[in-house]
Amino acid sequence: MSNNPRDVLITGIGLVSCLGEGHDAHWNGLTAAKPIYDEQNYPPFVVHPVAPINFDLQIPKKDQRQMEPWQRIGCYSAGLALENAGIKGNTEILSHVDMLVAAGGGERDTAVDGSILTGLKTAQEPGRYLNERLMSDLRPTLSLAQLANLLAGNISIVFNVVGSSRTFMGEETSGVDALRIAAARIGAGQSEIGLVGGAYNAQRMDVLLQLSFGREALRAPYESTWARGNKHAGIAAGSLGAFLVIESRQHAEARGAKAYAKLSYINADRARRDKGELEAVIESLWNAIPGLKATDSAVISSATGAAPATPGEKTVLEKVAKDMPVRVPGSVLGHGVEAQFPLNVGLAALAISRASLWPACDTTGFEKPWMGGTLKQVVVTSISAWRGEGIALVEAA
Amino acid sequence: MSKEFRDHRGRPVVAVTGIGIVTSLGIGKEDNWRKLTNGESGIHEITRFPTEGLKTTVAGTIDFIPASPLCAPALSEEFAIRAADEAIGESGIGTLGDFPGPLFVAVPPVEVEWPQRIEMAKVSNSDTIGYNELIQVAATERFAPYYERFLYRGTTERLADRIGTKGSPIALSTACASGASAIQLGVEAIQRGECQAALSIGTDGSVNTEALIRFALLSALTTQNDPPSSAPKPFSKNRDGFVMAEGAAALVLENLDHARARGAKILGIIEGCGEMADSFHRTRSSPDAKPIIGCIKNALADAGVTSADVNYINAHGTSTPENDKMEAKGVSAVFGDNIKNVPISSNKSMIGHTLSAAGAIEAAFSLLTILHQRIPPTINYNIPDPEIPLDVVPNKARDAKVTRAISNSFGFGGQNVCLVMAGEPR
Repeated sequence: MSNNPRDVLITGIGLVSCLGEGHDAHWNGLTAAKPIYDEQNYPPFVVHPVAPINFDLQIPKKDQRQMEPWQRIGCYSAGLALENAGIKGNTEILSHVDMLVAAGGGERDTAVDGSILTGLKTAQEPGRYLNERLMSDLRPTLSLAQLANLLAGNISIVFNVVGSSRTFMGEETSGVDALRIAAARIGAGQSEIGLVGGAYNAQRMDVLLQLSFGREALRAPYESTWARGNKHAGIAAGSLGAFLVIESRQHAEARGAKAYAKLSYINADRARRDKGELEAVIESLWNAIPGLKATDSAVISSATGAAPATPGEKTVLEKVAKDMPVRVPGSVLGHGVEAQFPLNVGLAALAISRASLWPACDTTGFEKPWMGGTLKQVVVTSISAWRGEGIALVEAA
Repeated sequence: MSKEFRDHRGRPVVAVTGIGIVTSLGIGKEDNWRKLTNGESGIHEITRFPTEGLKTTVAGTIDFIPASPLCAPALSEEFAIRAADEAIGESGIGTLGDFPGPLFVAVPPVEVEWPQRIEMAKVSNSDTIGYNELIQVAATERFAPYYERFLYRGTTERLADRIGTKGSPIALSTACASGASAIQLGVEAIQRGECQAALSIGTDGSVNTEALIRFALLSALTTQNDPPSSAPKPFSKNRDGFVMAEGAAALVLENLDHARARGAKILGIIEGCGEMADSFHRTRSSPDAKPIIGCIKNALADAGVTSADVNYINAHGTSTPENDKMEAKGVSAVFGDNIKNVPISSNKSMIGHTLSAAGAIEAAFSLLTILHQRIPPTINYNIPDPEIPLDVVPNKARDAKVTRAISNSFGFGGQNVCLVMAGEPR
């Protein structure tokens, strides 16, 4: 999908990360350019932990008990987005909100896994042992939690979002595709209003194990994203949640909603890195952006820190965006995989609404200072650690 | 030049020009259709993993297709590629390796599974195993292939590579409605004019120890193991849960004008899709069946028809006490008195519940029902449930005039999707 025949506006932004919750906490945290990370508790990895959140403010206790941390972070940020858009509790509107969630999967009970694996080393009948331990140790209340769509399910239950519910699975590009499909549906008149986003809990040994298979997790010490290059490459995983309310201009105007920005363009593709397609695919996505100007514009990159993706993105940006300031929020608040692109589109919309950009957080000098003026266009990139490339243009509404 | 077809909303009409099916009954739609209409069961004793100590010991596993390492993503990929091969071959559009449209795949949840964890634990010298030890083992890069294998999107990306679809492939999960959601996404892409053709696949190879136990802990599975073929009893009074099963279906969706222009055989039409989320409970339907009713009504409205135009219902029909009761309540509310005249049958009585694949497999069987004018039965129907006074096509297939069918899919997490299908428009 490229040009939308109907305008798609961003009217609600809900953000949670190590910087706290909400617009000002994120704007101020990015402006301070002081990364918040933990090098002690998940050795040898660097992790950006979520700020203390009072989940009671959005999620009833009985529902929190049915959720794992990533679902709580996600539900909470979805609640912030609905509140920000002014539709929380509005059952008439919520009955036709189309939800599209980018998700990974449920969290393991790592203590149970470890205990079973240890027991299996000496078990006489390993098959029976595994069956019996799982029967007794898996918690029935959370036994649904492996389903990727249960973040969406929980949002339906807690906030009564029931127009429709779809979950796209997997890594950075699911966040791009969720927004791409939701925007295409609104653009084509298949939908009027959508709730789109995701959440990620980095404080999980099971996701750090998954990243370890590919040697993708950043090992201490922390460095800002561009500085990691090829030799210290890695993802500093960040616990975060981001949801956006997007809607047709007609729908937003009819209910008198304030728009932060317009989502003018979004596209995705896939570069087979082993076939050397990475830089060509990023460049062709970039070149297809309609109406992009080199002044009063910026790039918000979802660069992961992994190689060759991030060095490859830098090479292309040095060529195509040489006059534009580039920012990687992930350097400050970490990389939240499925949730990162929705988060960065939300930050782009905030920047457009404030007509300004926060300072660089980069020791290489690649991120140029914002020289003032009125920010009018932001390109948001998503070049996945493994595969999947996406790009969006956010403009003044 | 053929006439340009548009539906009642002015959208391109979405045809199905290729179908591929893999279930526990076999590979290929011919074999599957013959066995399904013979009332044969694909349910058997589980041999893939030890079942000692488990209350449920039967499933519709597919043991005749190898995968390595043996895990849900690898099995799901192998089932999907076979279904895609058959569907693309039949459609005559593109080849396996170069398909001219996007890919939408319904896949089961992904995580490292017990055989892989155990293999890694064996490599560790430590007597006590925890995630720190597993991470140390992973750091040796001995298990590096697990990275791509257990990425949530890994299977879908590999399928996109092997099939040669275009653009960013989508892996989706709407629980047991996933297969229907994959079709809906493809239909919408063609309706938006983004593409002339799309490939929608539902696949599931997740019958493994932990998945089975998780469903058992939710009391969702039948424990009537003997004989295995009688375990699923949709709509019967003595039903007590579903039977996990595996399979895949692939549908080549195509703009009808485009398909006709190239002389393709039209297998059927996806006329409409409807959905509605349920905010009542994580596993249970709203007691008033409002979301089920709403999703069926939305689908009929999307298709521009009424319930009076429908003459077959392909049920979700899982054989759980809850689903079948709520589904019966839902269709009865939508169809009114006319429900007496509309047969409703459950493919799951023979192939079990294929979970993420079910919506796609059952849509494929619904299209075959229309093509062959023959309704597959609900087998194991010996003790009717007086609270479900429906014509469930008991035990034997039936020849019937079927011009339009709906297929229901409901999933945990409040997922409800309904598809409306019909034969080629004349």
